[in-house]
Amino acid sequence: MTRVGVVTFPGTLDDRDAARAVRLAGAEAVPLWHADADLHGVDAVVLPGGFSYGDYLRAGAISRFAPVMGEIVDAAGKGLPVLGICNGFQVLTEAHLLPGSMIKNDHLHFICREQVLSVQNVDTAWTRDYTLGEKITIPLKNQDGQYVADERTLDELEGEGRVVFRYEGWNPNGSRRGIAGITNAAGNVVGLMPHPEHAVEAGFGPDGPKGPRTGTDGLRFFTSVLHALVG
Amino acid sequence: MGRVVVDVMPKPEILDPQGKAVAGALPRLGFAQFTSVRQGKRFELEVEGPVTDEVLAAARAAGEQVLSNPVIEDVVAVYEDEVSA
Repeated sequence: MTRVGVVTFPGTLDDRDAARAVRLAGAEAVPLWHADADLHGVDAVVLPGGFSYGDYLRAGAISRFAPVMGEIVDAAGKGLPVLGICNGFQVLTEAHLLPGSMIKNDHLHFICREQVLSVQNVDTAWTRDYTLGEKITIPLKNQDGQYVADERTLDELEGEGRVVFRYEGWNPNGSRRGIAGITNAAGNVVGLMPHPEHAVEAGFGPDGPKGPRTGTDGLRFFTSVLHALVG
Repeated sequence: MGRVVVDVMPKPEILDPQGKAVAGALPRLGFAQFTSVRQGKRFELEVEGPVTDEVLAAARAAGEQVLSNPVIEDVVAVYEDEVSA
């Protein structure tokens, strides 16, 4: 069975949800601790949301120096699929696995809503089960969700098709060019601010076409990586 | 004991949402003369002995590698805190 590691830092909140999403997709969820110096042979890694190390210093800044991150940076360089969600995305930018950074939302409020995204890249390890241009709805909840990078980096991301998700309808954080998620050049590392792991099972996610709480648009992140690993 | 101060500020071209919120609040509280506010961070690093050039260099390196994120922030000053010296 495919084994997907889910990292817990002190202050991580969504590790249980991420592990549940992994199991619902048909894989084994392997808990990884921030102080682990090895990845226990996992086939992919999820960095879940929360407030690692209290987000002191900057969001995700201290996690970058956790022993488990040294292993993840090495393995990501060799092609290990890594998904960073919300605080996990912030950790990936601080670890320089993804470019840019996150600052406080432009309106200064914590925000929690069901967010529509448009899928801009279906060639990554985490998005191959979506269709290009598809609109998906998954929850968004953050305080430091404004994606920023210099113009040259933004042009590079756009030019190389590395913007994976854009906010649809409304830009909830003031992120540059409406960017909600990006990938590295190889397509194995993906980071996004909204939370696919909260939209994987009817009854517990956002509203969907079949009625209240029927939305499961997030599940295909986790089935995508299984298909990427098998294929 | 010596103390080094490292000042970190958001880059000029990065919108500083916190500074902007403070700038909006000041005139409401009667401080109408300030046209702009930017909010940064001050770090105080203490050492056992005196603050040598090496200590200052290490503080600058820590500022650039850990205390700031060069994508969004600049280390604008590294200096000995004379009060504690």
